[in-house]
Amino acid sequence: MSQIFHRSANTIAKVTIFGAIFFIAGLLGIFDKVNRSSWMTQARVAREQPLQFSHERHVGGNGIDCRYCHTSVEDSSFAGIPPTKTCMACHSQIFSNSPFLEPVRQSFRSGLPIEWTRVHDLPDFVRFDHSIHVYKGVGCTTCHGQVDRMPLMYQEQSLQMDWCVDCHRRPEQYVRPREAVFRVDYVPPPNQLELGEELVAAYQIQKLTSCSTCHQ
Amino acid sequence: MTCEGRDVSPSGLRDGQGEWWRTLDERAGDPAFRERLQNEFPSLLPDLDALADPVARRKFLKLMGASVALAGLTACTRQPAEKIVPYVRQPEEIVPGRPLYFATAMTLGGVATGLLVESHEGRPTKIEGNPLHPGSVGATDIFAQAAILDLYDPDRSQTLLNLGEIRPWPRFLGAIRSMLQAQSPIGGSGLRILTETVSSPTLAAQIRDLLARYPNARWHQWDAVSDDNARTGARLAFGRYVGHQYRFENADLVLALDADVLSRGPGCLRYTRDFSARRRPEAAAGMSRLYAIESAPSSTGARADHRLPMRPRDIEVAARLIAAGVGVANLAADSSTLSESARRWIDAVVRDLRAQQGRSLVIAGEGQPPSVHALTHGINAALGNAGRTVVYTEPVEAEPTDQLQSLRTLAADMTAGRVDALLILGGNPAYTAPADLQFAAAMSKVPFCAHLSLYDDETSALCHWHIPEAHFLESWSDARAYDGTVSIVQPLIAPLYDGKSAHELMAATSDRPGRSGYDIVREYWMQKTGLAANRTTANDRTALEFEATWRQWLHDGVVPDTAFTPAAFPLAAREAAIPSERLSSTDLDLVFRNDPSVLDGRFANNGWLQELPKPLTKLTWDNAVLVSPATAGRLMGEYAETFEGGELVSDVVEIRHRGRMVRGPLFVVVGHADDCLTVHMGYGRTRGGRHAVGAGFNAHAIRTTDEPWFATDVQVVKTGDRLSLACTQYHHLMEGRNMVRAATRDAFLRDPQAVHESPGIEAMPPRTLTLYPEWKYEGYKWGMAIDINACTGCNACVIGCQAENNIPVVGKAEVLRGREMHWIRVDSYYRGSASNPETYFQPVPCMHCENAPCELVCPVGATVHSHEGLNDMVYNRCVGTRYCSNNCPYKVRRFNFLLYQDWETPSLKLVRNPDVTVRSRGVMEKCTYCVQRINAAKIETERQDRRIRDGEVVTACQQACPAEAIVFGDLNDPNSRVARLQAEVRNYALLGELNTRPRTTYLAAIRNVNPELVD
Repeated sequence: MSQIFHRSANTIAKVTIFGAIFFIAGLLGIFDKVNRSSWMTQARVAREQPLQFSHERHVGGNGIDCRYCHTSVEDSSFAGIPPTKTCMACHSQIFSNSPFLEPVRQSFRSGLPIEWTRVHDLPDFVRFDHSIHVYKGVGCTTCHGQVDRMPLMYQEQSLQMDWCVDCHRRPEQYVRPREAVFRVDYVPPPNQLELGEELVAAYQIQKLTSCSTCHQ
Repeated sequence: MTCEGRDVSPSGLRDGQGEWWRTLDERAGDPAFRERLQNEFPSLLPDLDALADPVARRKFLKLMGASVALAGLTACTRQPAEKIVPYVRQPEEIVPGRPLYFATAMTLGGVATGLLVESHEGRPTKIEGNPLHPGSVGATDIFAQAAILDLYDPDRSQTLLNLGEIRPWPRFLGAIRSMLQAQSPIGGSGLRILTETVSSPTLAAQIRDLLARYPNARWHQWDAVSDDNARTGARLAFGRYVGHQYRFENADLVLALDADVLSRGPGCLRYTRDFSARRRPEAAAGMSRLYAIESAPSSTGARADHRLPMRPRDIEVAARLIAAGVGVANLAADSSTLSESARRWIDAVVRDLRAQQGRSLVIAGEGQPPSVHALTHGINAALGNAGRTVVYTEPVEAEPTDQLQSLRTLAADMTAGRVDALLILGGNPAYTAPADLQFAAAMSKVPFCAHLSLYDDETSALCHWHIPEAHFLESWSDARAYDGTVSIVQPLIAPLYDGKSAHELMAATSDRPGRSGYDIVREYWMQKTGLAANRTTANDRTALEFEATWRQWLHDGVVPDTAFTPAAFPLAAREAAIPSERLSSTDLDLVFRNDPSVLDGRFANNGWLQELPKPLTKLTWDNAVLVSPATAGRLMGEYAETFEGGELVSDVVEIRHRGRMVRGPLFVVVGHADDCLTVHMGYGRTRGGRHAVGAGFNAHAIRTTDEPWFATDVQVVKTGDRLSLACTQYHHLMEGRNMVRAATRDAFLRDPQAVHESPGIEAMPPRTLTLYPEWKYEGYKWGMAIDINACTGCNACVIGCQAENNIPVVGKAEVLRGREMHWIRVDSYYRGSASNPETYFQPVPCMHCENAPCELVCPVGATVHSHEGLNDMVYNRCVGTRYCSNNCPYKVRRFNFLLYQDWETPSLKLVRNPDVTVRSRGVMEKCTYCVQRINAAKIETERQDRRIRDGEVVTACQQACPAEAIVFGDLNDPNSRVARLQAEVRNYALLGELNTRPRTTYLAAIRNVNPELVD
């Protein structure tokens, strides 16, 4: 009885088995890349909004403090999105006839709110509290990026768990003095780690990495 | 699925020979019990057997392979875009993300319980008790906890109906105008108003105002949960209606005559708090003693040091014997119907009562006839208790009435055609009225019927007009607490379905029909205080004063100085004339009780309450014919619990009484009095929502006005039908070990260690018995202590937890499979005979073991320990292997076998706590020690640079508990309440011998027994 398989079948089998390892590893690698890509995380992708609000103009240009609009950032888990009335505080005087601002005036007249698309959207099984982060010296721009240079708002970071945990494990890399938390022009000093260590001690920052810190 | 060594008992397990038992077959040592014990989820077993079959196994693997592949694909989704919708004009007091709390009140039987309601951006989510309110003292009952679900119930009536057609409110106003015009010339002689018990001063004033304008109109009251017998009994004793309050703090001895005073009725939360404070064996004031005589077992009976099961009719004889014994004048008692042992028991109680003059308290229950209530007033007076342990005041009701008589008159008038128009303000009389009144038939003779109610129910179907009622969280009102204290009921949200309150409906009959509930209530109190009477300008000082006063009332939830002052009411001195109930002698009595969970049916559509295991019976989704083991044997021949596929299956019997009959499943309850049956009302509804309809049988159908609480001359017939009952007493069995520890007070005082010295209790292993190094908990170390001695099994913790933690309702079919989702359950354990056992309640949440067995077996690290000793459950990691649940000796882990949570119904999305993840299918979950509350407190205090103080973190179960049986806190703080409780001698760890080192520990129960009554 002749051999069923040609001798080359041995080589093909070896290459296939050996190659499968690389193939699977490659697949996993691609999966990981896709998972961290901005397609998945939506990082650095500007969102479509009902009107073209520019942080660059308001923060960078006019120098308005973050808390003028995001009023509850120091008191609540949620930083707050300004009610239409906050917009109208200025825009009933400035650019009061601008066609761009018609949705705002429309909202103020009709009492129907403006529906913004959420930019920073954590999964529903994660709980984040702005107030405590701000109190412990985490600056706005540390997570939200240079909003003063964002004509349209996008999310700077991946918001994935390894990004959160990076700071929760070693907060000294990122913390800044409390008085600089809301400064958009703050640049970490060259001795950040040294300063960070001091601030971690001074602000009693704990390295909270228990699951229930965020998942509750 | 058998394995070697299965028949060898693990340590501590003594095959049915144990002192403690949960079910009758466990007590009897039935092998079937051992089998059930091994199967945590019996319904899964057939599937596992199929695995042994090679063909089925191949199919199983195929399906599993496909599932794994597809499960991977479903994970490939991105987050959908979400909207943020800010305010247009943000209200000043709202900080987005921070809840606000408002004081309001809920009434039941007309009596208010003060509440604090949590509101997230205008959406009420959680109800707690108001600590400033005398009837709540910070605690809540199950009904208050579950009321939030009623508010958002999608089955609530949403439209105003006229003969089934949707109509606008003005159309109803027109109809009621023309009806009133027709009544005007005859002084309203055809007009009747039917309300539930009214304690609201404003509503009473409105109704009286109507009656003044239509002098021939009549106001009737019928409330199926109001204590009619107490009212009539007080009138019998004092010659007028008198209210009473108990002072448990002064009572060294309490005798409850068929009275479940700790879990039902006006002031029960306050009474439980005061009673349990007197039950701590460590307390300086000494421990009080509780005797109970009762027919069906109740929470109060379970807490009693001595309990005597007795047919309800004999309780009157017992009351007479006691009255004669303590020296109530001119009273003869015939004790021939009582057994020798019962007479001995009563003699001992009488001697004890006589020894505790002025420090004892005798209470009669709602099911006992007025004569027994009158007798208790006589007994308390004779013992000098009046003014000390029981005080008398004006009645809480605005218009106290013999409601049964009131309803009877109304039915007679309607049948005779004397009623032209009937306004029903709340309640469901067509369903709750006793059957012999033929109330539904009588209603059909009335040409104009309008019904205001939350649901389109049995009564609505018979009325011409149905008006959707505003929930108490949607409307303004006021009400009195058990001691008379007035609370303003303020709404938390605008009416979801344009409902109307009783005030607004009454306003529709006045000359100012458009007034809002707010204006009506406010105007009443403005007049009452006289503060704004001379208001002339907007700057008038008196107006400002009223505004400040009003705001203070709303803020506190109570109107100060409105409690009634106790007064001395002379007894009518006619004890001898108290009529003795003449009962024919039959061999079987039937007791009617409102259901512990759904009451008279008003909560029948509340899924939380339907699925709540009722105290002692542990039934869910059904009512049953409750009977003692001995009587079950007599009625049915040989009786034993039967199980089919792990489900408890019960025989359906037919109860016949005076030509009427109902069919219901027979259910054996240990400790029930012999020769009587108990049926719970509130089931067998035909309208009123998806949960209400189809559950149980309607016991109202055989209830009559002359025997409203217990009927004689009852026959029981076997039907041959069988019904599965979802009874959780058979679920989550934890082997036969000593879960409860208890001792008598004398033994405890002689040697405090006595509680830990019962056979079968094993020593705790040394702390070194582990390979892991000792972990030092820096910072906080959370722990909980649960006092079995205080727990009354009221279940408030279970519903409180369900509301706080977004726990879904699973339905009867799933409960039958043992899949109920409650994170805390209340186990009941028995000791002694099946006819009258000692009963103990043990709430079991997650123990948060330091050496948690669940954590070791999780393959994906979905359950891990936190730095503060919490046993964290990470839902997004869980893949649903259920190994953790298998390895948990306490059976506290709950698995979402199906998508139990309703993700679709819009109104139910509003009820959820935004701080707790809503779990999906395939995920394990369990008690978190309310980690969301811990985190909130931590953030709050860290922003103030300080530690959390003791009492700042209160878990949902602890907050609801009226008995203060649950205490939570930081064990690293030696002065915290929990640390001090855990240091007490009574403290013990459940299954501590397994070296799990649970953070939740228990305090042993102590019974203050009368040495005379110990065999």
